[in-house]
Amino acid sequence: MDFSLDKKHEMARSLFKEFAENEVKPFAQETDETEHFPEAIVEKMEKLGFMGIPIEKQYGGQGCDILTYIMAVEEMAKVCGTTSVVISAHTSLCADPIQTYGTEEQKQKFLIPLAKGELLGAFGLTEPGAGTDAQGVQTRAVQDEATGEWILNGSKCFITNGKYADVYIIIAITDIVEDKRGRKQKKFSAFIVEKGTPGFSFGTKEKKMGIRGSATYELIFQDCRIPADSMLGQRGKGFPIAMHTLDGGRIGIAAQALGLAEGALERTIAYTKERKQFGRSIAQQQNTQFQLADMATKVEAAQMMVYRAAMKKQQFMADHKTSYSVEAAMAKLYAAEVAMEVTTKAVQLHGGYGYIREYDVERMMRDAKITEIYEGTSEVQRMVIFGSLLK
Amino acid sequence: MKIVVCIKQVPDTKGGVQFNPDGTLNRAAMLTIMNPDDKAGLEAALRLKDQYGAEVTVLTMGLPKADEVLREAMAMGADKGVLVTDRVLGGADTWATSTTIAGALRNIDYDLVITGRQAIDGDTAQVGPQIAEHLGLPVISYAEEIKIDGDSVIVKRQYEDRYHELKAKMPCLITALAELNEPRYMTPGGIFDAYEKEVTVWGRKDLKDVDDANLGLAGSPTKIAKASDKVRKGAGEKVALDPTESVAYIMSKLTEKHVI
Repeated sequence: MDFSLDKKHEMARSLFKEFAENEVKPFAQETDETEHFPEAIVEKMEKLGFMGIPIEKQYGGQGCDILTYIMAVEEMAKVCGTTSVVISAHTSLCADPIQTYGTEEQKQKFLIPLAKGELLGAFGLTEPGAGTDAQGVQTRAVQDEATGEWILNGSKCFITNGKYADVYIIIAITDIVEDKRGRKQKKFSAFIVEKGTPGFSFGTKEKKMGIRGSATYELIFQDCRIPADSMLGQRGKGFPIAMHTLDGGRIGIAAQALGLAEGALERTIAYTKERKQFGRSIAQQQNTQFQLADMATKVEAAQMMVYRAAMKKQQFMADHKTSYSVEAAMAKLYAAEVAMEVTTKAVQLHGGYGYIREYDVERMMRDAKITEIYEGTSEVQRMVIFGSLLK
Repeated sequence: MKIVVCIKQVPDTKGGVQFNPDGTLNRAAMLTIMNPDDKAGLEAALRLKDQYGAEVTVLTMGLPKADEVLREAMAMGADKGVLVTDRVLGGADTWATSTTIAGALRNIDYDLVITGRQAIDGDTAQVGPQIAEHLGLPVISYAEEIKIDGDSVIVKRQYEDRYHELKAKMPCLITALAELNEPRYMTPGGIFDAYEKEVTVWGRKDLKDVDDANLGLAGSPTKIAKASDKVRKGAGEKVALDPTESVAYIMSKLTEKHVI
């Protein structure tokens, strides 16, 4: 078992690090402060192929592996939580399911421009009444018998990249069937919906605690007619498609959490070496040393789990029988909790300065919290993990 | 058009500097980057490639580890990489280096050779013009803009207060300034492709028309008397005087040290 990265991954990391330092970090505070979607940064990332890192070359992507993509999210998160989730939601939740489940026509039409960064992607499952219990989804898609078109009605909430994204994967009820005991069961399907389709509009933009530059919108569908060939994957398979997509998304969020923890740790090490109390730097106090040692150990463990989940997903790409959902859930659960703990301790070690917005750790602590919530709360991750233990 | 860009892997000046007992740099032990002037030269070549269509070959002389800098150049868009590496070439000064690189260039078909003005480790700015001399090529140094005009290049050559616009017939050699442009980033896919490609590796035997007496440490006329890392200055002297007295005190010190 080799834990070291090979040269091409090392070089990819140095690229992401250089880009993050030069192009993202200088704007991270402003992005948070103004709550503006970082369009200029996203445009630069598009030009460099960062929006299609794990997508096959024949579909406009970079032809790299999942680990490379994960390192991009990690390095962006070290300096800006918002920027990292733009890549993650676009890649894991929109481009990836089209690559996995799309028809050749759908790949030509959507995946190529998504991978090239000409279009931005998003994913809509959550609704006001359907969060962890995704079965509570109410949005319906009814087929027009005459034209074959689907008519969407309902709404989705908390949608990352909302309004800025051009392509949305939407989960909706298409059928209601009775099970063996005569109970009614909803059957979901996944659809690809384009921005600008009549009947598709955006509701309120959410004001959030953290990742404040990330655009989080409500999506509203009112008799929104989409073409007959908009369905992604098979009819009635929307729920497994959504769950599988979220498995992949979780590795992205785990990488975001990891990056936030690493970024906060780096800044805290630097700060504690400079900050003097009682005549010496606080890094020379044993309390600081032990805290930093624990933080670094947890970050290291989180990185191993996140990279392992990325490699497991890579195996899935070669052989669809491989499952990576438990590794992804464990990685996200652990990395998110480490991110929350490390950023909180980072603020504590910064003392009063850590509570001031001028210092990055203040933002990082707010950004970290969401990683325990979105793309499956930590509780959902525990459900997934425990579910696998019963098998 | 065929362009060869000579690049060098240099110590990252942000990291520490380490020396061998003979005073030469211990390159294996230091963090490295592509020399900034060379990177600008590479970017200039890649822009000519984008604009006119060209095949860009990157050439470097160094330790086997210098393979990395060639891969980086290929990840930015260079088509081919050539690494000249051999124990007998080690410890070369500018004369031995330019002799070696000219020996390698004699095997390559080119219209234009671009080098950086100077490397941040040696800061000599000698190797580029020396290569041109070995090969009998016209040279335009300190380029801040490069244009192609038929079979010639038109180059703005930088001076402190002005520039000269010079025209030279190809094949020729240009040395580039870091200010020439903002080098592009690599792309993730470019990195993966760069590691799929073959880098040509040449040793002493592959160099054309060179004399062993002009190679490596033995063939280097430059002898290093002493080399050291930056010497830290001691803490300054602190004085607590009122402004008028301070000025008088500083003036007396400056006079004492013959500064004024």
